[in-house]
Amino acid sequence: MKMKLLLAGLLTSVTLVGGAAQAAELSIVSGDTGSGLAFLRSQLDRFEAETGHTVTVVPMPSSTTDQFGQYRLWLAAGNSDIDVYQTDVIWAPQLADQFLDLSEAAADVAGNHFPSIIESQTVDGKLVALPAFTDAPALYYRTDLLEKHGKSVPKTWAELETTAMEIMEAERAEGNSEIWGFVFQGNAYEGLTCDALEWVMSNGGGQIVEPDGTISINNDQAAAAIDRAAGWVGTIAPEGVLAYMEEESRGVWQLGNAVFMRNWPYAYALSNGDDSAVKGKFDVAPLPAGDGEGARSAATLGGWNVAVSKYSPDPEAAIELAKFLASEEVQKERAIQQSNLPTIPSLYEDADVLEASPFMENWKAIFEQAVPRPSAPTKTDYNEVSSLFWSAVHDTLSGNGSAAENLEILEADLQDLKGDAW
Amino acid sequence: MATDAMAPATTVATPKSRSELSQQRARAARWFLVPMLIALSIVAGWPLLRSIWFSFTDATLNDLYGAEWIGIGNYLRWQVLESGTVRYRGVLADPDWWNAVWNTVRFAFWSVLWETVLGMIVALVLNAEFRGRGIVRAAILIPWAIPTIVSARMWGWMLNDQFGIINDLGMKLGLLSAPVAWTASADTAMTAVLIVDIWKTTPFMALLILAGLQMIPKDIYEAANIDGVHPVKQFFKITLPLVRPALMVAIIFRVLDALRIFDLIYVLTPNSRSTKTMSVLAQENLFQFNNFAEGSTQSTLLFLIIAIFTILYIWIGRVNFEGGDR
Repeated sequence: MKMKLLLAGLLTSVTLVGGAAQAAELSIVSGDTGSGLAFLRSQLDRFEAETGHTVTVVPMPSSTTDQFGQYRLWLAAGNSDIDVYQTDVIWAPQLADQFLDLSEAAADVAGNHFPSIIESQTVDGKLVALPAFTDAPALYYRTDLLEKHGKSVPKTWAELETTAMEIMEAERAEGNSEIWGFVFQGNAYEGLTCDALEWVMSNGGGQIVEPDGTISINNDQAAAAIDRAAGWVGTIAPEGVLAYMEEESRGVWQLGNAVFMRNWPYAYALSNGDDSAVKGKFDVAPLPAGDGEGARSAATLGGWNVAVSKYSPDPEAAIELAKFLASEEVQKERAIQQSNLPTIPSLYEDADVLEASPFMENWKAIFEQAVPRPSAPTKTDYNEVSSLFWSAVHDTLSGNGSAAENLEILEADLQDLKGDAW
Repeated sequence: MATDAMAPATTVATPKSRSELSQQRARAARWFLVPMLIALSIVAGWPLLRSIWFSFTDATLNDLYGAEWIGIGNYLRWQVLESGTVRYRGVLADPDWWNAVWNTVRFAFWSVLWETVLGMIVALVLNAEFRGRGIVRAAILIPWAIPTIVSARMWGWMLNDQFGIINDLGMKLGLLSAPVAWTASADTAMTAVLIVDIWKTTPFMALLILAGLQMIPKDIYEAANIDGVHPVKQFFKITLPLVRPALMVAIIFRVLDALRIFDLIYVLTPNSRSTKTMSVLAQENLFQFNNFAEGSTQSTLLFLIIAIFTILYIWIGRVNFEGGDR
């Protein structure tokens, strides 16, 4: 049905283009919801006014898994209805063949972005996508509750455990029966890969698959980190955390029912909204570190990019649109209105940005601790690697075997998947 | 039921003139079928053959047209290690696949069983005469009329452990001591999926059974009442045998639907090993992972399982019809 509409849209657009040679009709997909979609539209309106092109937004489900499946299908079929795709940071190696190389077109601006992000979008020397914003999670904490109970912001997971437990018990004793210590993303999906990578990495347990392709996940420090997280379920975190994605954890947090939350920057602006029970009562800090050798704070690198389909009938206009969406001015607006982190270092010192989102100053430090998921070394197998990893972690969190047992099986599965080379 | 449909056609037309007319009709009917057959072969036949073909190739989604024939390797391949141990690979040796088969069968069995029992009860109630029967009949169809995606999402929220109404009710009524994370926990995920499916599909069962019930002539019951036959005996001796053809059709529809269940599970518990069915696993391999050929293999096996099941069911059903009291 949707395809038919798209096709009809395309046919009309072809006839329209026939009339006005310069102006192109472009389509962009977007998995944004609510204010995100409105924001994108407002920026596209500006683009339309500046260039004379028209841009249609094709809304997609908010689940990145659903988006990926659909995009992959469209691209495999050589679909020319969509010109510009918004892509997750981990997709570049998997979809590289289907997108145009932007390294020449963006040669003038690529240097403005964080080099690590540009690198994450470069596959075999081909710049697959331009960064629109980056993402790195942080520890959200309730300033009022920490102050009330005389606690400081935890620097290690062990501190977080005790602080969360003490505040939760004290608050419950006072009749606040709904309160929990810590909420995170424990559902079996890509988000759990992000959360668990942080636990493992912060405990010195490596990053599942190392940049050179070695499978490193089966080690004691990784097992200890995941076992510790399994101990949270049902104690400082509700049992239901095993089904939580970002929005469910934000729901608990924003009702004022959690002392700590692990989440992405988007939750900052929403938690400070007028309908939020925690407005003005919270702050963010880097995620805690583990203990043991090589322990440090770690945040999984997220972020979204814009890529141009190689099947686009009007690649020049499409590249123009991609460059516009990655431009400094759009990123600035995005940082102000959507609390999305810019990929351009200078914006972290921009007065307007800092006025709207003062927390961004802290976030630069968080961002510098960011760890990429192993999407580059595992290439087209990344989704399967991630699925195997989150299943092993989810099993452990649900009490199906210890972390050591599950990681041993995971290692064997990954070895099978890898074969001789990724 | 196939025999039922054929019955009028074979009994009509013994005189010669009528037979010519009916032959002419049959010819015309064949022509009317042609557009449908063409449409079916384009939208169903061709994709099916192509899926089957892909299952014998090394296709990936990034390079569909460069797929090359590799034989049955996606189904089963083996490798003899130096020690002499034989190592089996491929879908048929994949524990995930058999887990999905087991989940699907379990799901199909329990959902169809409950839907049949509940559907029968609902149909019997609706078959009775009472005021406002029309409205009740229409109202009961609402769950069936809601698109599965919508009802799955709705139930997802209702079953949520923090904001969900099910847990809230359970707590207030004292049935639950603590909120249950229905869709998250491996123990309850299948139950949650079953509850939603039974809620959604019982009306469909009830409707088909009701249609069967209304075919039963009232005078049989009158005669039974005069003879003083107990209502329970009436149900087992009159209602059940007479409604059986309709029931068989309803059950086969439901079983075929249940065996390829996708949408409900994809929305409610997409990544839970305890509910992953054949279709969900195939979709994952086809579009999420870089295993298009393996996903095609799983789709082909799913098709075969459903085809074998249908043939068996019709065959067994027919044997029963002939051996029955007709």
